[in-house]
Amino acid sequence: MINEEEVRYIADLASLKLSKKEVEMFSKQLSDIVDYVEKLDELDTKDIVPTAYTIPVKNVFREDKVKGSLSLEKVLKNAPEKQADQFRVPKIIEED
Amino acid sequence: MDDKYETIIGLEVHAQLDTESKIFCSCSTEFGSEPNTNTCPVCLGLPGTLPVLNKKAVDYLIITGLALNCEIASYSKFDRKNYFYPDLPKAYQISQFDLPLAKNGYIKVETEEGIHRIGITRIHLEEDAGKLIHEGSIDQSSGSLVDYNRTGVPLAEIVSEPDIRTPEQAREYLNYLKKTLEYLKVSDCNMEEGSLRCDANISLRLHGNKKFGTKVELKNMNSFKAIEKALAYEQKRQRKMLENDKKIVQETRTWDESKSKTISMRGKEEANDYRYFPEPDLVPLEIDERWKKDIEDRLPELPAVKRKRFIDEYNLPEYDADVITDSRDLADFFEDSVSEYKDAKVVSNWIMGEFLRLINEEKMAIEDTKITGQLLAKMLKMIDQDVISSKIAKTVFEEIFYTGKDPEEIVKEKGLKQISDQDELESLVEKIIDENPSVIEDIKNGKDKAVGYLVGQVMKETKGKANPQMVNKMFKEKIK
Repeated sequence: MINEEEVRYIADLASLKLSKKEVEMFSKQLSDIVDYVEKLDELDTKDIVPTAYTIPVKNVFREDKVKGSLSLEKVLKNAPEKQADQFRVPKIIEED
Repeated sequence: MDDKYETIIGLEVHAQLDTESKIFCSCSTEFGSEPNTNTCPVCLGLPGTLPVLNKKAVDYLIITGLALNCEIASYSKFDRKNYFYPDLPKAYQISQFDLPLAKNGYIKVETEEGIHRIGITRIHLEEDAGKLIHEGSIDQSSGSLVDYNRTGVPLAEIVSEPDIRTPEQAREYLNYLKKTLEYLKVSDCNMEEGSLRCDANISLRLHGNKKFGTKVELKNMNSFKAIEKALAYEQKRQRKMLENDKKIVQETRTWDESKSKTISMRGKEEANDYRYFPEPDLVPLEIDERWKKDIEDRLPELPAVKRKRFIDEYNLPEYDADVITDSRDLADFFEDSVSEYKDAKVVSNWIMGEFLRLINEEKMAIEDTKITGQLLAKMLKMIDQDVISSKIAKTVFEEIFYTGKDPEEIVKEKGLKQISDQDELESLVEKIIDENPSVIEDIKNGKDKAVGYLVGQVMKETKGKANPQMVNKMFKEKIK
C-alpha cells in the first residue's frame, strides 16, 4: 500500500508537482503495482543470489584513451542561458 | 585532551584518479582547460547516451584497495545516486552502493601517543560532478555558471571507520593516505586543484559510553592543516555545549578559514533519500584471482616499508629516511644514486640539502628535473677523487640539475677542475703570505684559526677551484 503521503514525498524528491486528483490516482496505481510485485514474496528465494542484472554480460570496458570532445558551440547549443562559455543556472536555493 | 569525553572522528576522502580520460567517456580529464571544452554527450548526460567503463579506473581502485589492506570484491556493480543539483547533469551520480570494489581495510598511523589502527570501511568508484561558479556569495548570487569539464572524472571515495580519536590522528591518517596514493601513482593528490578532498564527521561521547553522540559533518576544508584546525575547534565547541547541558544539532558545518571557526550551513535536509538503484546501463564487474594477482604484482614498496628498509639497509638516520621516503620519486632518486655511490649518508645530505633547496626554490616537481642518480653519483666520485672541490661541486650540481649534463663535461667546459698542482698552489700560497704580513704575525702568536682566512683568500683567488686541504697544509708548513 502506497498512501498519499508517500506519493507526495516521492513526487517531491522527483521535483514533480501533483494535483490532489493525481495524488489519489498515483496512490492507487502504485499500490496496485506493488501489490502485484509482492506476489513474488510467495516464492522461496532463500538460496537465490539477488539479481541486479538480467543479461549474462560482465566486464565491459574501454581503454583509457582520450578522443575528441564536442565543440563548444555544440556543447552550449541546448543551454537555455549561457555566459562566458558556461551554462548559466538560476540561483540555487536550498529547499526548506 | 580531556578525560571526560571521548572524541569520535570519521573521514570521507575523495581522490581523483589520475587517468587520461574520464570514467565513462573518452573526454580528457585535464585540469585547467577552458570551460566545457572537455565534454561530450555522455558526460553532459544527453538523452540516449550510454556510459562505458574505463578499465584503468577500476585497476587504480583495486590497487588502492590492496595497498590499504582491503578485501577486493569478486563481484561488484554500479548504482545510481539520485539528486538534483546543477553540477550533476544527469540528475544522478553513477556511484556504488551495496557492493563497493573494496572494503574492510585498515592503516596504522603513528602519533606522539603511539601507534593507532584506523579501519577503512569501504572504497568505491564513482564519477565527479561539475564545477559551479557563483556570482557573488552562494546565498546572495543571482545565478551560477556551470563548467562540466570535471563531470565524469573518476573518483575513489575512501570512507574510514569512526576509529579516529584526535585531530592529530586525522592529520596522520590523511598524510598516510596521500603518500600511499602518490606512491601508487593513482592520484596526484593536489588539494589546491581539488584532486584530493576531505569531509569529516565528528561527535563526542562520555568515556565508556557505547552509543555515539550526535555527529556534525564538516566541509570546505582546503588543506590538512585546515582539517586539523576545524576538528580541534569542533571538539572544543561540542565539549562546551555538552558541559552546559546543551543539545548538539545534527548538521553540516563549514570551516571558515579567515575566522578560524566552523559555521552552520543548514540543518541536514531530513535524512537524504538518494533512492539508489542498480545502474542499468553498466554491466557488473567480476574480478577473478588472476586479475587481482596481476595488480598485486604491480604493488610498489609502500612508504612505511621503504622507510624502515632505508634505515636498516643504508643506516640512514630516521629523520633522513622520513624526508627521503616522503615521495616515491625522491626515494627512487636516492636509491639510483646509492646504487653507484656507496656512502648513503653523503647522498642523503646532498638530496636533503642542495636538491630539495633547488626544488623548493623553483617550485618544481621532482620528475621534471634533469638530474639522475647516475649523474649525482658520478659527481660525488669526482669530489672523492679531488677532481672538484666540494664548494665547486655545488655549482656543478646546479648545472646538472637544470641541464642534465654530464658533470665531467661541465667541469671541462667551465674550467672548474680543482687545482691540485703542487707548484701552482705553492706560488699562490706564497703570494698570499707576502700580502698578509699581519695575519702571519697573528698565527705565529698562536691564533691558529687565522689560517682559515688565508685559505679563503686562495679560494677567492682561484674562484673556489684550489684544493683546500692541500692549501691548508701548505700554509701550516710554511708558517712555522
